[in-house]
Amino acid sequence: MQGMKKLGVGAFALFSTLSARADYTWNFPEPVTPMALDTLHVHNKFMLITAVIFVVVLAIMIYSIITHRKSKGYKPVADKAPSTTVEIFWTLIPFVILLLIDFVIMGIPAYHSVVMMEDTRDQSTMVIKITGSQWRWQYEYLDGDAKGIKFVSNLATSDGQLHNTEDKGEHYLLEVDNPLVLPVGEKVRILMTASDVLHNWWVPQFGSSRVAVPGFIRETWVQVEREGIYRGQCKELCGKGHGYMPVVVNAISKEQFAEWAGKKQAEQQAANDVKEMSKDDLLAQGKTVYEKNCAVCHQVSGAGLPPAFPALTGSKIATGPIFGADGKYAKDSHLDRVLNGKGVMPAWKTTLNDTEIAAVITYERNALGNTAAVDAVLQPAQVKAARE
Amino acid sequence: MSTTTVAHHDEHHDHPTGIMRWLTTTNHKDIGTMYLTFSLIMFLVGGSMILGIRAELFKPGLQLMNPEFFNQLIGVHALIMIFAALMPAATGFANWMLPLQIGAPDMALPRLNNWGFWILPPSAILLTLPFTLALFGVGDGALATGWTFYPPLSVQGGIGVDFAIFAVHLLGISSVLGSINIIVTIYNMRAPGMTLMKMPMFAWGWLITAFLLIATIPVLAGAVTMLLTDRHFGTHFFDAAGGGDPIMFQHLFWFFGHPEVYILLLPVWGFIPQILQTFSRKPMYGYKAQVYSLWAIGALAVVVWAHHFFTAGMPVPALLYFMYSTMAISLPLAVLFYCWIRTMWKGSMSFETPMLFTVGWIILFGIGGLTGLVLADVAADAQYHNSYFVVAHFHYTLFAGGIMGIMAGVYYWLPKMTGHMYNEKLGKLHFWLTAISFNVTFIPQFFVGLAGMPRRIPDYALQFAEFNMISSIGAFVLGLSQLLFVYNIVSCARGGKKATDQVWEGAQGLEWTLPSPPPYHSFTEQPVVK
Repeated sequence: MQGMKKLGVGAFALFSTLSARADYTWNFPEPVTPMALDTLHVHNKFMLITAVIFVVVLAIMIYSIITHRKSKGYKPVADKAPSTTVEIFWTLIPFVILLLIDFVIMGIPAYHSVVMMEDTRDQSTMVIKITGSQWRWQYEYLDGDAKGIKFVSNLATSDGQLHNTEDKGEHYLLEVDNPLVLPVGEKVRILMTASDVLHNWWVPQFGSSRVAVPGFIRETWVQVEREGIYRGQCKELCGKGHGYMPVVVNAISKEQFAEWAGKKQAEQQAANDVKEMSKDDLLAQGKTVYEKNCAVCHQVSGAGLPPAFPALTGSKIATGPIFGADGKYAKDSHLDRVLNGKGVMPAWKTTLNDTEIAAVITYERNALGNTAAVDAVLQPAQVKAARE
Repeated sequence: MSTTTVAHHDEHHDHPTGIMRWLTTTNHKDIGTMYLTFSLIMFLVGGSMILGIRAELFKPGLQLMNPEFFNQLIGVHALIMIFAALMPAATGFANWMLPLQIGAPDMALPRLNNWGFWILPPSAILLTLPFTLALFGVGDGALATGWTFYPPLSVQGGIGVDFAIFAVHLLGISSVLGSINIIVTIYNMRAPGMTLMKMPMFAWGWLITAFLLIATIPVLAGAVTMLLTDRHFGTHFFDAAGGGDPIMFQHLFWFFGHPEVYILLLPVWGFIPQILQTFSRKPMYGYKAQVYSLWAIGALAVVVWAHHFFTAGMPVPALLYFMYSTMAISLPLAVLFYCWIRTMWKGSMSFETPMLFTVGWIILFGIGGLTGLVLADVAADAQYHNSYFVVAHFHYTLFAGGIMGIMAGVYYWLPKMTGHMYNEKLGKLHFWLTAISFNVTFIPQFFVGLAGMPRRIPDYALQFAEFNMISSIGAFVLGLSQLLFVYNIVSCARGGKKATDQVWEGAQGLEWTLPSPPPYHSFTEQPVVK
């Protein structure tokens, strides 16, 4: 009895949460680019056609199932099998109907959509490059107002939310630290590549998605027509973090974009100015960088997930010397591994700036249970020198 | 002389008993039974894996497993369901029924037949062993790339990938051996008078399947071998840094992978019309049209592969070619649907379990086919691709179109195989539970897919929560309903009402002229077909 009651309350709670969050979507989300609008039209039209086919055929079947039953004493007609000419005539009817649907009603608009989707260059006014890597997106503006701006976009949802120790926020799993910023009304040509495995940059409201292939450049384009924040996800299985590399695009007016670009460029300039930092500052910044970029694999505690992802705590690389006798960083040293990567470990030299690399290395050598005896503190200048 | 073989003692052989009977058997029915049993066991194994997944996806957040384990389960689930559940089930039917239907004493190559089966259990073990090894600290678990093995992720992966590569090799060898046997049997052992155009439709379905397998399995074997050498021997087939291309793997894989869909479905398209004519009590409509359609689909199957990765980037002419050729598959398929329904039309239908499954199959597979038609559209595919819409679509084709078809076949032939009738009430209950819970599971997946939920993610945004919860509930009902199926089969094998030779009132064909169960060497004298 008690059990039943509990079950009843549980079921009630379940259904009330269902209705409380009843923002169901039964179709593609609202399109905001010409491509997505076209895709939605194509999809709706095709769905209507297939639904009509389905309903008509089903109705005929159901009529037959109800009428032509043995239990109603219905006697089977004698189909003269094989009666070739008549049969061929009848079987050609569905053939011809589908021929018409496939290659005329569906085929012609489909042709125009493909041509439109693949035309990345005509009238495009700016170019950006998107690089997918495990498990973050890197954006780079190649021309125009924002030329030279380059940043990494990471998942911003807290670990506590993922593991159910905190309440989940509104944009759970679909929020990032640095969204891609695009001006509305501009046709933006997107060059897509990856640094490790395949990824796929997808915003459902944009209607375009393209696989990012390491070692190759693929192209697509978007032209966002309305200001707003648009969210999507990686949709090519790319390892354990596949569910945790969202895409967020902030579409703003052209004026705001120019303003944003100017500010961002100045910020980036400042960050690139290398200056001497105290150990405490390095540790503080290093902790942030570490938890954002490294903790996915090496864990917040530094324990790693052996054998795929080694522990940093007590690691020879993270405690051993960085610089050789000649003053240059040694092969397979801590700095070498972070800059150039090896195997599954990505190369960070293109993703992190000098200060961030210096900070994270200093953090790894002095926290996570490590106390490096030599080269305990690394300065941004040393990283800058190492790059050259 | 042992007691177990006395019943079958119509030949002057001493058959070994116990485990040796099964290990050494060259009898087509014994081997067929082993294939079907193996398939049923692996169906339950693969099903339990996906219930783990659905439990994790019941609500947002990580509850039961980490993402690594999640990725392993999805890939191994697919490989098991495709290679170890669906394909062996079809091969099991071929072994059991082809000799009976074409009036032969046995399969043409009995020893090869035995070997073909006994390769399967080791490969299933290979596929799942990494899970166990990981428990003992060896390696990091099974294949975590999805069943498609896409590099560079599969080059990066752990020992699970190597295990899966070798498992796929063995499974492939087994399929090719089975195919050779079926082709040889069909071409050489038909009863006098049975011309190709008088063959039962099931034989046609399997003949085309066998040719497709022989044409495409070597390509898959080659592709995964290249992957193996990329992983361990320093080649760069799929690595741009060494002049290779990761997308080339996708071309090779889907050159096998798309025909694979028809490999799974053609045997079913073979026996579905036979079930329809039995329970409609009139001959199947458009035999010739159906045969030509099966050939057309077999031929189209090998020229449309790239529609599985439109978003990987292709020149416009290639996109258009693969789009239009894919749409063309709907033409012969429309003819088939027409013939199936026309077979029912003005028949004298009764709805025993096999017929229920067949009618449900036509409707649900129809949904799979129609959603496939819209997926062919390149522009819209950018949205559907790798979303849950695709997951729902291929479960309508492979679960409804594949497994529910196989279930129709099981209920149809079980009385012939065992000599007993199964429990009709339980059978019908099994059908309704399966059909309803299947839709409860997968209809919501169409909607979350359209709304933008990618597949293969261990956790999802809050807007997808309701549909995922419904889908998980459906999946658990679907999974548990299959226990009825197992119970019904086991109790039918052990006893029950005696089945007649013809079993079904309207059944036509040579297999129904033999006693139920048929004698050990099916036809000792060849029947003559007029």
